[in-house]
Amino acid sequence: MNTFDIKNLDLFYGDNHALKSINLAIPHKQVTAFIGPSGCGKSTLLRTLNRMNDLIAGVTIKGSVKFDDADIYADVDVRKLRTRCGMVFQKPNPFPMSIWENVAFGQKAQGLTDKKQLDAIVEEALRSAALWDEVKDRLHTHAFGLSGGQQQRLCIARTIAMKPDVILMDEPTSALDPIATAKIESLMENLRKEFTVVIVTHSMSQAKRIADKTAFFLMGELIEHGETQQIFNEPNDSRTRGYISGDFG
Amino acid sequence: MLSRNQKDLVLNGLIWLSAIFTVFFLLWIVFYIVSNGIAYVDWAFITDNYSRTGDEVGIWPMIVSTIYMVALSLAIAAPIGVMTAIYLTEYAKAGSALVKVIRFCTESLAGIPSIIYGLFGLTFFVGVLGLGFSILAGALTLAILILPVIIRTSEEAIIAVPLAYREASYGLGASRLYTIVRLILPAAMPGIATALVLSIGRIIGESAPVFLTAGMVASIPGSIFDSGRTLTVHLYMLTTELYTQHDWNMAFATATVLIVLVLMINLITKLISSRFNKASY
Repeated sequence: MNTFDIKNLDLFYGDNHALKSINLAIPHKQVTAFIGPSGCGKSTLLRTLNRMNDLIAGVTIKGSVKFDDADIYADVDVRKLRTRCGMVFQKPNPFPMSIWENVAFGQKAQGLTDKKQLDAIVEEALRSAALWDEVKDRLHTHAFGLSGGQQQRLCIARTIAMKPDVILMDEPTSALDPIATAKIESLMENLRKEFTVVIVTHSMSQAKRIADKTAFFLMGELIEHGETQQIFNEPNDSRTRGYISGDFG
Repeated sequence: MLSRNQKDLVLNGLIWLSAIFTVFFLLWIVFYIVSNGIAYVDWAFITDNYSRTGDEVGIWPMIVSTIYMVALSLAIAAPIGVMTAIYLTEYAKAGSALVKVIRFCTESLAGIPSIIYGLFGLTFFVGVLGLGFSILAGALTLAILILPVIIRTSEEAIIAVPLAYREASYGLGASRLYTIVRLILPAAMPGIATALVLSIGRIIGESAPVFLTAGMVASIPGSIFDSGRTLTVHLYMLTTELYTQHDWNMAFATATVLIVLVLMINLITKLISSRFNKASY
């Protein structure tokens, strides 16, 4: 069963053809990694999945992206889509407010005001993001007092609090030190049980460690995709082999 | 030929000289006015009424009129200015024709000499709308005058809010309105507050557009439909009638109060903007 079905997707930034007829299925409740050199379009593709590219002027999209069999560029409410496909960004970007307010933000934006319900959601989300024990005594202190790694887990908790189906991660550990990265990776072991995870990563070892499926992009094209094992051990395309063996990128 | 070191020394000297020159004149002016005026500023001067006959020379009515003028001008200009800034930054498509028109208008507004605003206020608010010489006519005129400052400064404050916040908020499915009200405006608030405080300085400092629209009745206005004389207009009036030493003293005393007021406003702006710079993003 597939969470996303991407068919003949083309994306242009103005005249720049950034994604070229992408065809890709992203399976349900698995971790799919997008790898490839900078500028290959992997982040752009990730951002088409929750329509974050809408925020950028001059983007045109052709083809179709189906999420649970509904074309998200045709007949889907964008805000609803984004509550179901949460996103974690490259740099930890907590809001300038308390830890509690950060996690509750999305639900409050949807109109939930009941303090008890929000408390429960905040606790559950922070537990799922493996942050609860570290912050439970200072939920109402400012989020900027947290370390970078904690901030990123807070952003994951903020996303989980929406009870999404999908978590999209755009190089979530590239701004973190190895220890914080290890924590997020171990956290992803739990996330994969509940969510479909799509992660863009620059680290091939990270893709190898955490991804079930891997897709390799180059110059806006999807070169190859399949089981992570197969992509890394016996790639079909010479370009994939070249990238993962470190010949370029 | 001068050696490299000598050139350096000369340039350094010039830079220091310019800096000292600026600071010196500021301090000199402040010192000159305060030292001439402070002796005549007492409780009675601040709280007494004023009469043309010279029986009473207090500035209380002018202080009240100034407060009325500041409050009313801001009440009119702040919502319009901040909402325009929000429109320009969050709603309008960058580079659209409407944005260009608004930008051009605010920039032109900022460049117009303030007496022109006074003339406009006099003909339109006082005359055509029939408001007469009143605090309201003055406040409407000043509101137009301070709009560009409020729009530009608020715009900059809103633009300075990191894109990452917007992305995260929209990424959670929050609406644009929710994002603006709950996230962007609070984060931009110190900058917007700075804009408002700067405008207060502008309102207090103007004279020509004020006496052309609010008139110069030197008594406490009963309502916003009454004429009133602000501190700066009062000082202007006093300086046009400097016949005796007493007139001079009163002018300097009024100037002292004004300068202290303006210095306080500058201090508040500094405090807010230093908080702004430290603001956590």
